[in-house]
Amino acid sequence: MAFLYALPGAIAEGLIWGLMAIGVYISYKILDIADLTVDGSICTGACVCAVMLANGSPVWLSVVVAFMAGAMTGILTGLLHTALGIPSILAGILTQLILYSVNLSILGSKSLIAIDPRANTLLVHMSNNPRSIVAAGMIIVAVIIGLWLFFYTEVGLTLKSTGDNPDMSRAQGVNVKFNKVLGLAIANGIVALAGALLAQYKGSANINDGRGAIVIGLAAIFIGLSVSMKIKPNFVVSLIGVIGGGIVYYVVYNFVVLLGLKTDYLKMLSAIIVALFLAVPYLKNEYFKKQTPARIQTTPPAASNEGGDANA
Amino acid sequence: MLKITDLQKTFNPGTVNEKMALTGLNLTIEDGDFVTVIGGNGAGKSTMLNAIAGVWKPDYGTIEIDGVDVTNMPEHKRAKFLGRVFQDPMKGTSPDMEIAENLSIAARRGTRRKLVWGIRKAEREQYRELLATLELGLESRLSCKVGLLSGGQRQAVTLLMATLNRPKLLLLDEHTAALDPKTAAKVLEITDKLVTENKLTTLMITHNMHDAIAYGNRLIMMHEGHIVVDVSGEEKKKLTISQLLGLFEQASGSAMGDDKVILSK
Repeated sequence: MAFLYALPGAIAEGLIWGLMAIGVYISYKILDIADLTVDGSICTGACVCAVMLANGSPVWLSVVVAFMAGAMTGILTGLLHTALGIPSILAGILTQLILYSVNLSILGSKSLIAIDPRANTLLVHMSNNPRSIVAAGMIIVAVIIGLWLFFYTEVGLTLKSTGDNPDMSRAQGVNVKFNKVLGLAIANGIVALAGALLAQYKGSANINDGRGAIVIGLAAIFIGLSVSMKIKPNFVVSLIGVIGGGIVYYVVYNFVVLLGLKTDYLKMLSAIIVALFLAVPYLKNEYFKKQTPARIQTTPPAASNEGGDANA
Repeated sequence: MLKITDLQKTFNPGTVNEKMALTGLNLTIEDGDFVTVIGGNGAGKSTMLNAIAGVWKPDYGTIEIDGVDVTNMPEHKRAKFLGRVFQDPMKGTSPDMEIAENLSIAARRGTRRKLVWGIRKAEREQYRELLATLELGLESRLSCKVGLLSGGQRQAVTLLMATLNRPKLLLLDEHTAALDPKTAAKVLEITDKLVTENKLTTLMITHNMHDAIAYGNRLIMMHEGHIVVDVSGEEKKKLTISQLLGLFEQASGSAMGDDKVILSK
């Protein structure tokens, strides 16, 4: 019974983390960058939103500014990577560290700022889960539609090719560096938007919010794609899968908490889930590969090297 | 069309792996020339093509395309002059994207990409017709992910992408070397057709001396980072493989036998 009571909350929170995971999906899956900025930018979104709400800004403005602040963090990582030649993973770590200081100063050197749900009209809050689910769902639908449209524009297509094959992209006149910065800006903007929603939902922004967010995002992506890729491997279905992954993650999370797992261990649990999803395909291939006879080929075989050697 | 002056490039300078890849390369290509390039491993053929494409900056010298000095122009900017096909069939296309999407990205090479729909309806029809000319059955697979195609099919699509909006210069870097002989012949045939139909100025590196003689109107041979043999017109048409071997021995001072790994008849 306790689990059923916790379910609406888990779904609401899962939706918000699923939105964050969409941001991670853009950097990790589309741009092929493991962007560690996320741990900082989700907190930036939460801090900006909380401080603006505390100062009496309307909620929509706070959310928009949070998105833009997140986009700035992505631009910072992107420039560290492309303009200064720092490896992307390190650029993300550096920005994450920079953001710890930035977030502290946004919070006015406090470690926590509370959001009063009675003083502010909030989009989402834990006191009203059904409404939160609807509001978060609507924002997610808007984001997915926006991304779907964007990734089929001329610019959007080159963003996909940038992550998929940078050599081909450059040869076709695509500014790969600019695209990486743009993609990271969009990714972290969405992550910060999720951070802003999370702060509203929990009623506070904490300097430690978002630690390990990248891992939760990846968990949601792997859980979601393991299902959605089997249904239809296209962009929108993938994004819906990622949202679903976020929800599954939080339902399971709540379930294990109710089972009595100490909350201290939850971050470890997240990491184990991601490690398993990354390891299973590798282990299957490396240790458990069964010999299978060739089936009738539906596509012609890949080119062999024979010709090259024979011609040499 | 293309003017390369005293181009020099050394890789890993000051280390044990130092390699002088280009040693004062001079080359001028006229509009409409189809130049085949041969030479041993490490002669600097691919290095020359990469220098023209702007993969890195040369140490010295200049490169002009169509009267524009591109020596310091970034790779993605000078792409507007160039069509490129790589040796590795995986390198020229985006595997996770549809054939039509790949073509549409190529069709906009050299233009400023905007926030408008990435592929127009009329375009798909145009791509369907172009793919049909390849005679590989790809015209019915416009929405197929390129990663599902074979190496030869991918190379043919890359060729189409490279020639879509008539580049000033087409760079082919041993684009058939990774294919089986039959597929290689087919891709070469498509190449020749596209180059002739579009009257493209072309630089084609090949390992195959027979192809080097059979295709194009000019043949250059590279050795140790510069051009040692340059024949064109009637002289090239009459060229035989044994003459070519003789020219190589003359130019390099070593018998072709030492280098037989590199060039095939």
